[in-house]
Amino acid sequence: MATAPHHRTGRPTPTTLAYLFLLLSQNIAALLLLPLVIASALLTLVWIGLPFVILTGTLLRTLANSQRRTLPHLPPRTPVPAAYRPLPPTGINRRALTIITDPATWKDLLWLISGALNLLVAAIPAALLAHGTYQALYALALIPDPSFYGTYQPTGPAERLILLAPAALLILLAYLLTIPAITLYTTFNRFLLQPTEKSRLTARVAHLATSRANTIDTQASEIRRIERDLHDGAQARLVALGMNLGMAEQLIDHDPDTARTMLAEARETTRRALTELRDLVRGIHPPVLVERGLHGAVQALALTHHLPITVTSTLPGRPPDPVESAAYFAIAELLTNTAKHSEATQAWIRINHGQERLVITVADNGRGGADAAPGSGLTGIRKRLDTFDGTMNITSPTSGPTIVTLEIPCALSSPKTSPSSEKA
Amino acid sequence: MRVVIAEDLALLREGLIRLLQAHDFTVVAALDNGPDLQTALTHHKPDVAVVDVRLPPTFTDEGLQAAIAARTQIPGLPILVLSQHVEQLYARELLSDDTGGVGYLLKDRVFDIGQFIEAVRRVAAGGTAMDPAVISQLLARQDRSGPLAQLTPREREVLAEMAEGRSNSAIAGRLYITEKAVSKHINNIFTKLNLPPSSDDSRRVLAVLAYLNGSQ
Repeated sequence: MATAPHHRTGRPTPTTLAYLFLLLSQNIAALLLLPLVIASALLTLVWIGLPFVILTGTLLRTLANSQRRTLPHLPPRTPVPAAYRPLPPTGINRRALTIITDPATWKDLLWLISGALNLLVAAIPAALLAHGTYQALYALALIPDPSFYGTYQPTGPAERLILLAPAALLILLAYLLTIPAITLYTTFNRFLLQPTEKSRLTARVAHLATSRANTIDTQASEIRRIERDLHDGAQARLVALGMNLGMAEQLIDHDPDTARTMLAEARETTRRALTELRDLVRGIHPPVLVERGLHGAVQALALTHHLPITVTSTLPGRPPDPVESAAYFAIAELLTNTAKHSEATQAWIRINHGQERLVITVADNGRGGADAAPGSGLTGIRKRLDTFDGTMNITSPTSGPTIVTLEIPCALSSPKTSPSSEKA
Repeated sequence: MRVVIAEDLALLREGLIRLLQAHDFTVVAALDNGPDLQTALTHHKPDVAVVDVRLPPTFTDEGLQAAIAARTQIPGLPILVLSQHVEQLYARELLSDDTGGVGYLLKDRVFDIGQFIEAVRRVAAGGTAMDPAVISQLLARQDRSGPLAQLTPREREVLAEMAEGRSNSAIAGRLYITEKAVSKHINNIFTKLNLPPSSDDSRRVLAVLAYLNGSQ
């Protein structure tokens, strides 16, 4: 627990001691992995070890990550992030190659091997304490032992008491060394498990490159769609409109009846063109979002939905435009999914902002089982949120309910005073 | 009939002025922004106002806000709101005071001049004029279950026409049936939806709209 009591003097409390033992056992478990590592390294030399590399690599990462999660419970209580290159979803060779070429893997191996040394450091105060106690017990004639490690042979009870001095020294030393040893032990583990600044930046750059590529792709296909819609829709209708008007102009003198039909057709064509443009605008940036912000727009969306949807929102200001728009379309997509697949009878939307993040929860009482399979709408949402370093979390057990949480880091602008409240 | 117009695009504003003047309306004020509209509405107390939702200075829903604010000051002040897009949310807000004399139409409806003028007059007379797009959304949303599923196709047509704000005779004319048949359908609708019967046209419309907006 991060909230475990911790004294100012640095004396370990039972909780920190428990975490310390967890840490030790993780190091021991890692050492036990060593034979597997060696085996898969040897097997890789003859090219049949690649699946073992994946197995060992994953095990090693799991162990290292479990220690990364334990370390923040001990001073200095700062998180220890992992920075692995993402594994490709398929392909034994490609996955094995990613594991082998990732510097983080080699650092993990270093952590594994140095675990022996590390355990030794942690064992120093324990060993001192054990020996001190042993000597003290001997000096007090509580256990029979004829010598002091074979160097000194006391002859009488008084001489035995002299041996209390080194015993006390050993115990004092153990007492003094406990904290430095533990600190050294955790610091060393930390040092080995923490990603280097370089690997952290490399991971960040890789992420940015992927999300930028995704953004460019999405935008390009959006623009292509808009172009096609305009070309086949409104533009074509305007051409037809011009033709109708031209013909009506020619006919108006000698065939006013046909001219009137033409004009009526022209009016209908205009109406259709407007409808198409309206739908197009809605798909680009819904007007209600401009007029009412995220809360109003989501309310408007909920009103047109077949399910009863409760919208609650506590936003003290407005998120930046791009975030607002991304959040709106993500919610719209989630509601479409709910309507299509969930068989829900009710849905809830909560919009909040806290710790510099916009947090949106979309829940329904449907049959669950939603997952972000590649190519699904949910993956699309995830990719679009990625542009803003946003995340999507899906909890959807079979037989429901489904709860999707979206988080987008952003600051809010100061609330706009609506004209009505100024005048009211 | 005295009318106030609020529309920020000069081309459309001039068009509306010409259109309404040609049909014996007197344009007492034609404005292009929200604050002026608010003043004009309370100052002139027009017989009817035709207002665009989005107006300067904020280019959000200035027009709608001004209309709602003016109607809280002068209850029942007839206002017809025009927009490039319709939102049920806005329709609901306009109807929430339950007093009538409101309209909410897409700008496209101006094309059908006869019907548009009729809608303006209806709103001025304390009736309602709701865009077919709003009504069809409302109906579609309630389609799956509930009392609305019990209506015959003809009754649904009559319900839609009525919800848009039309009088019995106008509905009869549009559906090519007699006025008597229309009132028979309306009676059936009110029974099936369990609404209290009323002889007043515009009260009836408000009851239907409240039903469609509320029962979810």
